Amino acid sequence: MPPPLIEMRGITKSFGAVRANEAIDLQVAPGEILGLLGENGAGKTTLMNVLFGAYAPDAGEILIEGRPVTINSSADALAAGIGMVHQHFHLAPRLSVLENLLIGIPGKSGRIDRAGGLARLGEIGRQHGLTLDPDLPVAALSVGEQQRLEIVKALFRGARLLILDEPTAVLAPSEIDGLFAALRSMAAQGLGIIFISHKLNEVRALTHRCVVLRHGRVAGRVDTPANTTSSEMARLMCGHEIVPPARGPSTPGAAVLTIESISTSRHSGMALRDVSLFVRAGEILGIAGVSGNGQRALAEVISGVLAPDAGRMTIAGKAVSQFSPRAVQALGLGRIPEDRMTTGLVTNLPLADSMVLPRIGTAAFSNKGLLRPDAIRAFAEAQIKAYDIRCPGPMTRAGALSGGNLQKALLARELAFDPKVLIVSQPTRGLDIGAARFIHEKFLDMRAKGCGIIVIGEDLEELLMLCDRIAVMYEGRIAGTLDSADATIARLGLMMTGAGQAEEAA
Amino acid sequence: MFRLEARISTPAWFNLALPLLAIAATLILCSGLIALAGAGVIEAYGVMFSASLGDSYAITETLVRATPMIFTGLAVAVAFRAKFWNIGAEGQLLAGAVASCAVGAIPMPGPLAMLLMAGAGAAAGAAVALIPATLRVKFKVDDVVSSLLLNSVIFYALMALIEGPWKDSFSGYPISPPIEDTANFPVLMEGTRLHLGVVVALIAAPIVWFLIVRTTLGFRIRVTGENPEAARYGGISVERVLLSTALLSGALAGLAGVGEVGGVHFQVMSDISPGYGYSGIVVAMLARLNPLGVVPAAIFLAAVMTGAEAMSRATGVPAFLSDVIQGTALLAMLVALLFTAYRIRRIGVA
Repeated sequence: MPPPLIEMRGITKSFGAVRANEAIDLQVAPGEILGLLGENGAGKTTLMNVLFGAYAPDAGEILIEGRPVTINSSADALAAGIGMVHQHFHLAPRLSVLENLLIGIPGKSGRIDRAGGLARLGEIGRQHGLTLDPDLPVAALSVGEQQRLEIVKALFRGARLLILDEPTAVLAPSEIDGLFAALRSMAAQGLGIIFISHKLNEVRALTHRCVVLRHGRVAGRVDTPANTTSSEMARLMCGHEIVPPARGPSTPGAAVLTIESISTSRHSGMALRDVSLFVRAGEILGIAGVSGNGQRALAEVISGVLAPDAGRMTIAGKAVSQFSPRAVQALGLGRIPEDRMTTGLVTNLPLADSMVLPRIGTAAFSNKGLLRPDAIRAFAEAQIKAYDIRCPGPMTRAGALSGGNLQKALLARELAFDPKVLIVSQPTRGLDIGAARFIHEKFLDMRAKGCGIIVIGEDLEELLMLCDRIAVMYEGRIAGTLDSADATIARLGLMMTGAGQAEEAA
Repeated sequence: MFRLEARISTPAWFNLALPLLAIAATLILCSGLIALAGAGVIEAYGVMFSASLGDSYAITETLVRATPMIFTGLAVAVAFRAKFWNIGAEGQLLAGAVASCAVGAIPMPGPLAMLLMAGAGAAAGAAVALIPATLRVKFKVDDVVSSLLLNSVIFYALMALIEGPWKDSFSGYPISPPIEDTANFPVLMEGTRLHLGVVVALIAAPIVWFLIVRTTLGFRIRVTGENPEAARYGGISVERVLLSTALLSGALAGLAGVGEVGGVHFQVMSDISPGYGYSGIVVAMLARLNPLGVVPAAIFLAAVMTGAEAMSRATGVPAFLSDVIQGTALLAMLVALLFTAYRIRRIGVA
């Protein structure tokens, strides 16, 4: 039997007192897709960073085709045939696709080898269906295309083992199919692939074998993921059973948020065109759609960040006269942003600061322009306790927390003020099962208390589980709204492509 | 072999250790230049120390020198907290000096004159700082470039004034007429130049600290600097915060000029500031943008400046060494800041 393409033996890595990886063994054969499964903080990313040379392991060794190697930098890893696609892309936005590919590649006598690069790019594109326009600037690419470029970049440098860190977290459902097809094609040609994820259905659909990490150790190995049930893998991952929360019946009250004929123009993404919708007290309204169909503009209008050109909005029966985050918040709107790190939190400042940010000017946290440090601290401490946010304390730098804990913190800061309406975007993106479960329960609690909730999301299973009604957005309009009793993934998927309107007209 | 590894958190004692480390590195690096100039390193630094901090008179001189740098250091620290890149403290200082000198030349009771001088100087500095801030907010003009270039505009405008209409008719030199004697800041210690402005500077630092750490304006400044998008979504008007920061920063830099006019020179000349505005950047960086740290950082640079002259007389090492030390200290501090985000790890070679 030939030696595995890559083998990690007894890898141990600590950060201070935290054992991020402990005695981990792992192998990938040529042509194999290995799933690396685990909750956030289980040690998946650390392990891969060791393999890619970003961290030096405290103990253990790495073998490539049976030979021990030392990988001290990403350059070493690339030279050894290891390529990595990180969660956050490493691309130069103002350079073209081809220029990004050629960064760090020695040219011929000091000149860039454009022709050679173009030929390789075309070849890789044909082989795996990864086509890209070489002259387009990276800034003009969609997220899915940028990820494709990262994969092509790794292949371009001759990677024989490709590591993908949660690649589907940033993709729309249709893009995920394309990615999987490309990965299967690469494996068929003898590449080894490590696919990091915490989404069980993806791991089951794609991988040949799977290693499950928990608390930095190997919790289990699954040889036939396709034949193993999700609940069994979930149990390995979390250490206990996970039961999805049940959405009981509810009796919706009066509308707490209405939007009438709202249109926007100035917007970087898709603008809104004559959008009307409402959500009632004690009801969860889902907004489905392929990303880029106006969801962002809708969230920005409701959050008061973007003033519409036309149309009206009311919150709790009162007309919104001024579109500003403070004004809509004062009327009773709570907001959980899509992008925690950029529009929600201040990663470099203490967690407490992020938790009071939207209400710093209110009497709860300041008085005549002077902060109330004790009140701020007490509030943060109370929420950390109530939501079981894992962190050393309210003065911890927010950026040091895991995604799930940050999402809990954002939830806590809004729910503490009993919003009448809550708007959330991608509430569980990037979160593990346990954290997602917690967030879902909180939404259902709020619904029972009479809060109206709008959930913008791409995960249709999640929307079907949570929502009483689901509206589908297509090209800046509402393509249709279904009661979730009538909604199926197939029907929603059809409406998401714009076919729903034709169906309703027929 | 060594390598850099990302840090999860930064220990609190780094705030003190890093500037000290940077200063130690600076003195070691610069000792090569002293040796090159043919002097004993220990001797040269010894003269430098005793001439700047060795006796009570030397200490008062160092404090007088530190005063404008405390103000410009505070100005830069406040601005950089909001990521308003104010490189224009030099020009704001000059504007403050001109305005306060013009007011101080008007006959009126002393205390009133001093108050009005401070007000006029602060207002002039604030007005100058408002220019790059407004350009950035309204037209997205890079504030580094605009605030830096404005320094030259103001310097040459000042030259034009004191060589032309504002030239002191009783002096052959290009200097402004002096302020009224009654407007001279009182000296606090007989036989020294320790003036009222020194105390004001020492009080200003904790006030600015309080403003940054304990007020909603300070909160908004910090949040806007760290993440303007989160600030905007959190209901903070980023534009308004930048403009308020500019006003505050410019006013502090303007006060540096007020102190030099009212407490040291009593008139305006072309070399009223040997680059105190730029030194303010070094001071603020050494202080890690903490207003309380600005005081020791400014005193360190002032000691280097006063000490360098004595060292030059005693050992023959050119006094320009003080500029080299200043520049090296900034670079050393920037390098030291790397350790807040990374740690060095020794790795074995297989």
